[in-house]
Amino acid sequence: MSQSGTDKTEEKTANALASHRRDKLRGSESRMNTDRWFRRICVMVAAVSVIILLFLLGSIIQQGVPSLSTTLLTGTPEPDPSQAGAWPAIAGTIWVCSICALVTLPVGIGTALLIEEFKPRSRWGSRIFSLIQLNISNLAGVPSVVYGILGLTAFVSMFSLFGVDKNGIQGFEVGAKYFDQFTNLASDPFLSMGMEGVEERYFLAPVADRADPPTIPKQGMTIFEYQNDQLNPVKISVVGPEDLPPTDPVELSLAIDANALPGRISEKAWYYFRLPFGRGVLSGALTLMLVILPVIIISSQEALRSVPSSLRDGARGLGATPWQVIWNITLPAAAPGIMTGSILAMSRAIGETAPILIIAGIVYIRNAPHHLMDSYTVLPLQIYNWTSRPQEEFHSIAAAGIVVLLGILLSFNAIAVILRHRMQNKIN
Amino acid sequence: MANQSTNAIEASNLNAWYGDFQALNSISLQIPKNEVTAFIGPSGCGKSTLLRWFNRMNDTIHSASATGDLRLGDIDLLSSATDVVDLRRRVGIVFQKANPFPKSIFENVAFGPRLHMKLNKTELQDLVEWALRKAAVWEEVKDRLNAPALGLSGGQQQRLCIARAIATGPEILLMDEPCSALDPASTLAIEDLMDELRSQYTIVIVTHNMQQASRCSDKTAFFFEGKVIEFNSTEKIFTTPNAKQTEDYVRGKFG
Repeated sequence: MSQSGTDKTEEKTANALASHRRDKLRGSESRMNTDRWFRRICVMVAAVSVIILLFLLGSIIQQGVPSLSTTLLTGTPEPDPSQAGAWPAIAGTIWVCSICALVTLPVGIGTALLIEEFKPRSRWGSRIFSLIQLNISNLAGVPSVVYGILGLTAFVSMFSLFGVDKNGIQGFEVGAKYFDQFTNLASDPFLSMGMEGVEERYFLAPVADRADPPTIPKQGMTIFEYQNDQLNPVKISVVGPEDLPPTDPVELSLAIDANALPGRISEKAWYYFRLPFGRGVLSGALTLMLVILPVIIISSQEALRSVPSSLRDGARGLGATPWQVIWNITLPAAAPGIMTGSILAMSRAIGETAPILIIAGIVYIRNAPHHLMDSYTVLPLQIYNWTSRPQEEFHSIAAAGIVVLLGILLSFNAIAVILRHRMQNKIN
Repeated sequence: MANQSTNAIEASNLNAWYGDFQALNSISLQIPKNEVTAFIGPSGCGKSTLLRWFNRMNDTIHSASATGDLRLGDIDLLSSATDVVDLRRRVGIVFQKANPFPKSIFENVAFGPRLHMKLNKTELQDLVEWALRKAAVWEEVKDRLNAPALGLSGGQQQRLCIARAIATGPEILLMDEPCSALDPASTLAIEDLMDELRSQYTIVIVTHNMQQASRCSDKTAFFFEGKVIEFNSTEKIFTTPNAKQTEDYVRGKFG
């Protein structure tokens, strides 16, 4: 009985298989069609994105290239379109992105190393680590304008931790010298009438503390004049309200009104530093760091995870300490992957506008930044500024600015890709 | 007392766990100096676990723990105070899958010496050449020391890994199935190499290959379910084993 039962089952299976084979032969034609169509759809979808990109690039280049000039690259943003340049914005972009890269790469790669290479043993430790991991993954999706507001509180004003002193001055600083600036009587339009040949001169009185009250002009006070990039002491004469201004042109050019109110100016060294950071380059770079840090951490983690553990075992087996394993084996092997992630993240940082708009604001900047706390603007902001103007000429200058921005982006990327390629060649 | 000088590693009543799973069950055995000891047994019987305790490679597995007594000379291998870095210099390991670093051939062999010794350039070059010669791979790579190690064949890579392991001057060489991924010719080359090395090093080899164990080891330990069933001279194990399980295993009846 059981024997015939198995026979029946066998027969059934054999029949099913045979009919399946027949179906397969019949169905192969339609299946190949599906295959072909699927491939065509894939090609079409891919083509759409490439075509859109090419179209965008083409229209930008067509609009922008005619306005591309050395004035644009080296000039300042003048109100006259024919003289408008983007040098302060270009320099600002390079400053902000370089500092951002310098700060973000160590922090990001360090965090990834901690999470991937120093996994905690204890249960609470691993809970904290997975919380950090969850946090990082979520931060990657936060809109960048939110980081702008965070940067405004954390870096620009530093939660107002550095209180305001009695003269209304906030925080503390190093690397700045303050002067009170006076103008001579010759600059007075009423006095200079009929006194041809008297030059306007500016005098600087050093101020010990930025909170000091304005200097009152006194006979024989220490005062300097800028000449040939140097502060030279000058002898001035202070003219009271009852006195008659000197008639000698040389003397007149050295005379100051006794009631003159000075203007306070400051000279900042390249190492100028202040707390809170204010709306300077450093605040912008740190805010961009917040934007791209999650991306860099996640891609570095991915790269570290792809390093086979057999390599780590090999190094450990030779008596390498955890630090030596990481520095000599894991990091070099993960470097190309880390570089790829960093390139993508930095490209994002270069084009980022929203957080910078909040940190730097729309300000009229005529100079490239000179120190970390200097005010600045970046190319995307400058482009935004130009596109929002009514004159048609500014729109083509904006297009040229986009070409410049793309140029900077592509050259940054090219350098990084070459570096990565070199590293990869070294390994394989 | 006489035992101490002739034994490289001594284990007594050693138990080891991965979490709740007991991988080793009261192991007691002495690995003799300057001999080849083979560990055989079916998969999951604890051979590799024991091998990895010999140079504390289990430290990276968080759930791994052990009790009992395991000594290398007067070093307590289970103590957390043991200098693991120095231990691993003295106890080299070669893994199942060749794992050359993604660096040049020279840099691979120089890696260990650079960690532990202060050598000048010529001393380092001499040491690398010595190690590569010892590992019988010098003739094949001497013209391309700066070529990437990943460009070598599987057998060459494994011999390079052996060269890398002996370049730090270990006393003991642990080999965890070193030939399982190699073709017969490369396997033969490595077995010849072990024969060469046995006079200067204590070698412990884990293998699934009965012929290999019988060909190249002096002593053989048969493991089953975390216990050492039998530990004896290789000849005895393969001809007249004491335990029935050993006989069944070496005859290929199970495992």
